Amino acid sequence: MENQLTTEITNNLFTINNLWMMIATALVFIMHLGFASLEAGLTQSKNTLNILFKNSVIPAIGLLTYAFIGFNMMYPGESYAGGLFGFAGFGVGADAIGLTSRYNLGYTYWTDFLFQGMFAATAATIVSGAVAERIKLSSFLIFAAIFVAFAYPIVGMWKWGGGFLDALGFYDFAGSTLVHSVGGWGALTGVLFLGPRAGKYVKGRIHPIPGHSIPLAVIGVFLLWLGWFGFNGGSVLSADPGLVSLVFVTTSLAASAGAIGAMTASWTFLKNPDLTMTLNGILAGLVGITAGADLMSPMESIIIGFIAGVIVVFAVILFDKIKLDDPVGAMSVHLVCGIFGTLAVGIWGEKAGLDQLWNQIIGVISVAAFILPFTAIVWFILKKTMGLRVSEREEYDGLDIGEHSMEAYPDFEKVS
Amino acid sequence: MKKIESIIRPHKLEELHTALQEEGFYGLTVSEVRGYGRQKGHTEIYRGSEYDLQFVPKVKIEIVCASDQCETAISIVLNTCRTGEIGDGKIFISTIEDAIRIRTGESGREAL
Repeated sequence: MENQLTTEITNNLFTINNLWMMIATALVFIMHLGFASLEAGLTQSKNTLNILFKNSVIPAIGLLTYAFIGFNMMYPGESYAGGLFGFAGFGVGADAIGLTSRYNLGYTYWTDFLFQGMFAATAATIVSGAVAERIKLSSFLIFAAIFVAFAYPIVGMWKWGGGFLDALGFYDFAGSTLVHSVGGWGALTGVLFLGPRAGKYVKGRIHPIPGHSIPLAVIGVFLLWLGWFGFNGGSVLSADPGLVSLVFVTTSLAASAGAIGAMTASWTFLKNPDLTMTLNGILAGLVGITAGADLMSPMESIIIGFIAGVIVVFAVILFDKIKLDDPVGAMSVHLVCGIFGTLAVGIWGEKAGLDQLWNQIIGVISVAAFILPFTAIVWFILKKTMGLRVSEREEYDGLDIGEHSMEAYPDFEKVS
Repeated sequence: MKKIESIIRPHKLEELHTALQEEGFYGLTVSEVRGYGRQKGHTEIYRGSEYDLQFVPKVKIEIVCASDQCETAISIVLNTCRTGEIGDGKIFISTIEDAIRIRTGESGREAL
């Protein structure tokens, strides 16, 4: 009798957990629309179709490559624990155990795959924004496929798949480093190999190229915030009431403090309350809390979010000063605040301490040491073979016409 | 027959339009234009960097009327569109040879 009751409770718990994980999966999915809207909004109208094209294809590439190789490379299983690389074979498939609570009390095999798969494409999407308005479509898509098929799962395995960073004690709850910095380093090498957009830096002066739709950018950021409830909330890997609700609170408070931090910095140190900076501040807070969303008190999450919001403003200015052109601020948000959020785990929260901080530093450096050369080699080969940049003429006419022979706003100028 | 082209502040369009209708001017053409005069451009800031907008958005309103109504039209524009600040715009007046209504083929005053 008692045994039967325990089974019943376990089954119900399993169903509830799995249900939350599937909702979280769907929330992470909507982040791709958030990225698409944000990147389209912060770039020029002549490149809108091109950037939306990239953002439509990246989740597709991400999910497919994750199904073929990524998932089994990132979660190769017990036998690769503590290692650098593992691979459990091509394709995905569940046995009978995979669909029961014996696989994991939090989710089925299928939920596990799809939740992790939704994450995978995010790293490539981050790159897409930084290299926008000048990169050849074909070269970018090849880079994106290689990036999400190999770079992302290999690094992910180091921590989440039980690899050497996990054995070391490095902590990254939902991916400040494993997702955001990974994308950020790829963006950095991409920007270095590509160079700035034509007309951005002329005779030592910065000529801003304003985004064409601030409303679209705002919609994108709010969709990303919404999606982050799944990104962080799902990373609890069960519907644990205490932890999931705490993570919702820290995530939202950090985003709010990020907005206020960036607003304050922009208003104080620049000459205006810049909305695009404030939007970056929300994202900075979200990226900043992601590594330790389950470890922080509300007050600590506010501190982390606020600092991230201030940092992102200065990072945008700094990258512009050294002529690294990033139309959407992806490097400032995902790379700089990703690193900051990872280090924050060693400074605030339950794990704070010098040992932990040192582990966090090792994690950041290890990921950089792999992603920087990996992406640099891919960019270099693409540059030497296919070329990375569109022609100057195409850049002026816009990539919508140049790469697609289409327009995002076909009746904007000519009516008939 | 005269054409009065007025380049005005965009937010003055509604007021000017109403005033013209009250005085019996029933046809006009409006277009959104950009340009500069004494006002020059203005400065905007995007992500910490200032840049000059050299061409300021304006509205151009074109009225074609009989020569004896010209003075009235001009005074309406002056009364409604003047703020006294730099950037109020300009009025250009030219002589029109003829006007033809496409639907009926009428010409001259009848066509207006």
